[in-house]
Amino acid sequence: MRYSGFRVIKEALTGHRGWGPAWRDAAPKPHYDYVIIGGGGHGLATAYYLAKEFRQSSIAVIEKGWIGGGNVGRNTTIIRSNYLLDGNEPFYEFSLQLWEGLEQELNYNAMVSQRGILNLIHSDGQRDAFIRRGNAMILNGADAELLTTEQIVARYPFLNVNNARFPIKGGLAQHRGGTVRHDAVAWGYARGADQHGVDIIQNCEVTGFQIKDGVCTGVETTRGFIGAKKVASCVAGSSSRVMGMAGMRLPIESHVLQAFVSEGLKPLLPGVITFGAGHFYCSQSDKGGLVFGGDIDGYNSYAQRGNLPVVEDVCEGGMAIFPNLGRARLLRMWGGVMDMSMDGSPIIDRTHIDGLYFNGGWCYGGFKATPASGFAYAHLLATDTPHKTATAYRLDRFAKGGMIDEKGVGNQPNLH
Amino acid sequence: MIINHPILGPRDAAEFVYKGDASLINRPDPQSDNAAERFYEYGYLRDNPAGLHRELWFHEQGDRSWLVVTRDTTTHEITKVELARDVARAEGRSR
Repeated sequence: MRYSGFRVIKEALTGHRGWGPAWRDAAPKPHYDYVIIGGGGHGLATAYYLAKEFRQSSIAVIEKGWIGGGNVGRNTTIIRSNYLLDGNEPFYEFSLQLWEGLEQELNYNAMVSQRGILNLIHSDGQRDAFIRRGNAMILNGADAELLTTEQIVARYPFLNVNNARFPIKGGLAQHRGGTVRHDAVAWGYARGADQHGVDIIQNCEVTGFQIKDGVCTGVETTRGFIGAKKVASCVAGSSSRVMGMAGMRLPIESHVLQAFVSEGLKPLLPGVITFGAGHFYCSQSDKGGLVFGGDIDGYNSYAQRGNLPVVEDVCEGGMAIFPNLGRARLLRMWGGVMDMSMDGSPIIDRTHIDGLYFNGGWCYGGFKATPASGFAYAHLLATDTPHKTATAYRLDRFAKGGMIDEKGVGNQPNLH
Repeated sequence: MIINHPILGPRDAAEFVYKGDASLINRPDPQSDNAAERFYEYGYLRDNPAGLHRELWFHEQGDRSWLVVTRDTTTHEITKVELARDVARAEGRSR
């Protein structure tokens, strides 16, 4: 069924009896060409592009809970492509371009809102670094603009530009950045994949891999064995647990990242802003809540909840630039489990086991990458060669010295 | 989280800096034949378990001791705290 304004009117006049489920609740078949583990944004996007762009059939996405119930349902919904390094920037720019066409592509309202993202500058050294980053973005076909404090005040009059410790000296803006309705991304890709014949199998947890002579031929699940020519893990947050069942140790630690939403407020914050001296980022949702977050808690965790010191740190960062935030009450907070990789960048690659592929290590940048991650992973699965924007995301780059370390902090996952 | 420091008693985890898996105590021998591969594994690969995890915490805002904390990564419950020095000595790392 195609969604349209006409359809909404027709259904409104006929009692909304014509809407069907957006995707089938499939039961597992004994064998598929491709089994994608993980029904989150990346897994569903992979299945969609594999079926649509690479014209593969016999694809299943298996998910231990319900689709979209993991990190695609618990992030701060920001999209942007303001990276510095050559290994990253073309990939994230490709992702932003896919976001721009996503709703027409999927015939699904994902509420893509290019309201702009602004990284605030607080020192001369930071201005130099942001000019460099802006130039790197422009060289890779993205947009970037250096704003003066006056230009920022005109758009964000409530910002505390004269904070004694962290005055706002300007900002790097990416006007094409913004926010997307996160759940709708998972649902839109699920519906699109389903329309191209992909089986979406929920409540189906992987319990093991069938590997013989270095070849993966399927997965054991709570709903029985499923054979596959190619098995693709796409379970960021739980990557070490899943790949551990195949005997692999990964360059990844799992960490908890918290996010927060205030009570609903009238329109206040037109775009996304980030604090440059600490770690704080904030946007306003369409329901009016201020959605914000900061650093990860900093210790290994699978608990999906964090502790109070980080709550304090995030709120202090917010108050430093955005003092009226202190008048808003916190409505909700939650934690998600991140694959924190050793260089802060993701992995999309084959493994040493034939037929077993790995996508993970998204740190806390996975949401914005969803379309490109799916496209690049589908490219790898269909052709056994990396997509041209994802050639640096190799699993063996840590052994070979090809790290993509945006912050330059080394192999300490909690600092990325 | 409260870390029950063996010398100082219960301390807020915010006083500490987290380093990672306590296996980092066992630095490979740089003279061994396969030193490059072992240092790659030491530097970059982690078990990352869901459940009990032995890990290094540094009491930066306190007595600057290194601790080995045994903590459940699914509940954050801390079940054991040792001085890293004692752990390293027990493993023959130091005299």
